[in-house]
Amino acid sequence: MSDEKQHIVPYSTFVVVLVALLALTFASIGITSIELGGLTVAAALIFAIAKTYLVLAYFMHIKYDKPYIGIMVGLIFLLFLAVVIITFLDYFYRV
Amino acid sequence: MQESQSAIQASYLRTPGRFKGFLGWVTSTDHKRIGLLYLYSIATMFFVGMLLGLAMKLELVAPGKTLMEARDYNATFTVHGVIMIFMVVIPGLPAVFGNFLLPLMIGARDVAFPRINLLSWYFYVAGVVLILIALLFGPGTPDTGWTFYAPYSFKTGTNMLPAIFGAFILGFSSILTGLNFIVTIHRMRAPGMGWMKLPMFAWTLYGTAWIQLLATPVVGITLVLVALERLFGIGVFDPALGGDPILYQHLFWIYSHPAVYIMILPAMGAVSEIIPTFAQKQLFGYKALILSTMAIAFVGYLVWGHHMFTAGMSGTAQYAFSLLTFLVAIPSAIKVFNWISTMYKGSINMQTPFYWAASFIFVFMIGGFSGLVLGSLATNIHVHDTGFVVAHFHYIVFGGVGYSFMAAIHYWFPKIYGRMYDSHWANIGWILFFVGFVSLYTPMFWLGMKGMPRRYYDYLPEFHGANILSTFGSWILAMGFIVIVFNLIRAARSGPPVGPNPWNGKTMEWMVPSPPPVENFEEIPVVGENDGPYNYE
Amino acid sequence: MEKTHQAHHEHYDPEASKIGMWLFIFTELLLFGAMFIIYSVYRYLNPEAFHLAGEELNTLIGAINTVILLVSSMTIAMSTSAIRKGNIWLTQQLLAITLVLALVFLVNKYFEWGSKFSHGIFPGSEYMLANYSQGEILFFGLYFVMTGLHAVHILVGMGLIIWTMIEVRQKKIHQEKYDLLENSGLYWHLVDIIWIFLFPLFYLIH
Repeated sequence: MSDEKQHIVPYSTFVVVLVALLALTFASIGITSIELGGLTVAAALIFAIAKTYLVLAYFMHIKYDKPYIGIMVGLIFLLFLAVVIITFLDYFYRV
Repeated sequence: MQESQSAIQASYLRTPGRFKGFLGWVTSTDHKRIGLLYLYSIATMFFVGMLLGLAMKLELVAPGKTLMEARDYNATFTVHGVIMIFMVVIPGLPAVFGNFLLPLMIGARDVAFPRINLLSWYFYVAGVVLILIALLFGPGTPDTGWTFYAPYSFKTGTNMLPAIFGAFILGFSSILTGLNFIVTIHRMRAPGMGWMKLPMFAWTLYGTAWIQLLATPVVGITLVLVALERLFGIGVFDPALGGDPILYQHLFWIYSHPAVYIMILPAMGAVSEIIPTFAQKQLFGYKALILSTMAIAFVGYLVWGHHMFTAGMSGTAQYAFSLLTFLVAIPSAIKVFNWISTMYKGSINMQTPFYWAASFIFVFMIGGFSGLVLGSLATNIHVHDTGFVVAHFHYIVFGGVGYSFMAAIHYWFPKIYGRMYDSHWANIGWILFFVGFVSLYTPMFWLGMKGMPRRYYDYLPEFHGANILSTFGSWILAMGFIVIVFNLIRAARSGPPVGPNPWNGKTMEWMVPSPPPVENFEEIPVVGENDGPYNYE
Repeated sequence: MEKTHQAHHEHYDPEASKIGMWLFIFTELLLFGAMFIIYSVYRYLNPEAFHLAGEELNTLIGAINTVILLVSSMTIAMSTSAIRKGNIWLTQQLLAITLVLALVFLVNKYFEWGSKFSHGIFPGSEYMLANYSQGEILFFGLYFVMTGLHAVHILVGMGLIIWTMIEVRQKKIHQEKYDLLENSGLYWHLVDIIWIFLFPLFYLIH
């Protein structure tokens, strides 16, 4: 499988990613402690999604792997999103 | 002849491994042996489920109590459903024929993870044992129906926990099979076998595997929650604690509707293999069939709500689910048109597998059309939870999977055992099965339209005639099944040996001896530039 | 010929085992996905109660556990780089750190759950039935189920890491063949991702 050998991710990259993740964590703690009403949920989720992206791309190597794994992951999230939306077609419009 | 005899001696059926006999089979990681292990266990469970079905039909032969009390009837249909859905039709084609054929069809020696493959059969057996424990021991046989609807599933005093846990384990077995197939198809295709050269059956296994992988965990966690609800009262589905039982139905059907496509896609795939062989033509519309397979797999994931039209969903959700349900009909119809077009102007070789495949199309279409009646909101309200629904899903699930399974076993039988069955008796079995099937389920359409509810052990006197016809049908069907099974068992033991390719099939499994040797291929085949999906040299 | 020998378990395709792990991760994502659907439905139906109940959780402990998991994720990611550079010693150290961090996470969790239990907050408790609204009971029901399920995954992940360490020690995992290490890492990151969502949903959004 020599064609599948990609470069080894340097330790420093991981450190940088960790620092970013920690920064995002504290930022999300900070932003949710402000009273934003309904936006709090959205803000917290956006930070969580950003963190997930970093973990997927760097820690889980998707950035360095063949693209199809990343595509699969993306499709899974889209499928999940579709299921959530359809489920909420019920709950949003309940009388 | 001499050659065929020696093929049997040299095949996977005989070659000794570390252990001999029974142990040699249950410890083998050979995909062909695992396929047969599934075949025998699934056939056994089908027989048990069929006996329960016969008992229900016998109860319904006359109004009032004939054979059992209402409570026993509830337990009987629950057990019948659990066995038939979780142990027969969901593993059915993928686990038996997928395991046996996938590596042969794509030119590999085995699946990607042979040991996980064996593990998934162990999980299957463990799940079966757990559910049988739930049925036979403890405070009472579960009587919730196979859907385990909340809140009754954690209020009933019956032996629910082992049944739920058993269904969870069976789900795990299904996930592992699907995982194995996806990796196998991605990584182990023979050199030169591109995606557009995969046989249809492999494609449908691929679509099915994705559904197994993505839908099963949802029901897994839902069943865990029901168990936790029973044990600790967490309140998630309990209306007394603020939970929403309809949410249980959502989650349950997010799995269990796609599960129907887990069953039907490989059934369609098997039929797509059989029809070209006996029409002696190339498969018509190969790419359209692939697209429709993936479309069914995807859209089928988003239509679960049509099981809940009367449960109390919002109107908006009902419209959406009805629309999405109708969308699934399009790729299904594309498939039917492609099969018919494959036969068109073909020189049809009328053999037992073809009879089964053709009758598959017939029952599948009746099942599909009655599905549209249920998918449209207004008619659904009329026939919801009546015999109509039962007739519909037996036409689709039993008709679809059962006929395709029979077509597949009669088609690949010479490949699996290296021997041929008696086609005279096979045809008699088919006609009995078919006549029995139609007279068993067709009256239930009428009964449902007239308002006979499902899951009742009793009915009004005016429904008597149709119920008698239905019960008679069940006996004819069972007779047909027994004829078929005896014919096949006899052939497996002492049928005349056949060569590698008795039907003149064009896919790769016919290029190796029957039965195949342990290693499948002496050398991994190389698929040439110009070899299509249905002509390998 | 290599091909004729690849018949059974001997043949080694790291890409295959990696896809296998990814597919398994997908099932885990959908499993927790279903839990998140349940959570969001009940949050939508009981916004006030979820707000009140969320304030009873200790954000500090949640934040500490988040940091612990993020750091452990980094150490196990580094261990893959270390093995590929052939540094067995560093690989083992990094795995050991990951394991210790996982244990610390669980200890924290234990005390967190313990303090809830001592206040009478646990599924099916009489105290909750008497003093809490239905929405709050649902919140804590989901809290215990989801963090409990996550803790089970931590345990499984620790098992995988221990297994990996044993194989590294036995030289079964080395510079050329490290798929088990990589897969344990992937699994551990999955556990991390789930926590990335659990933390704001339970501890932050009041």
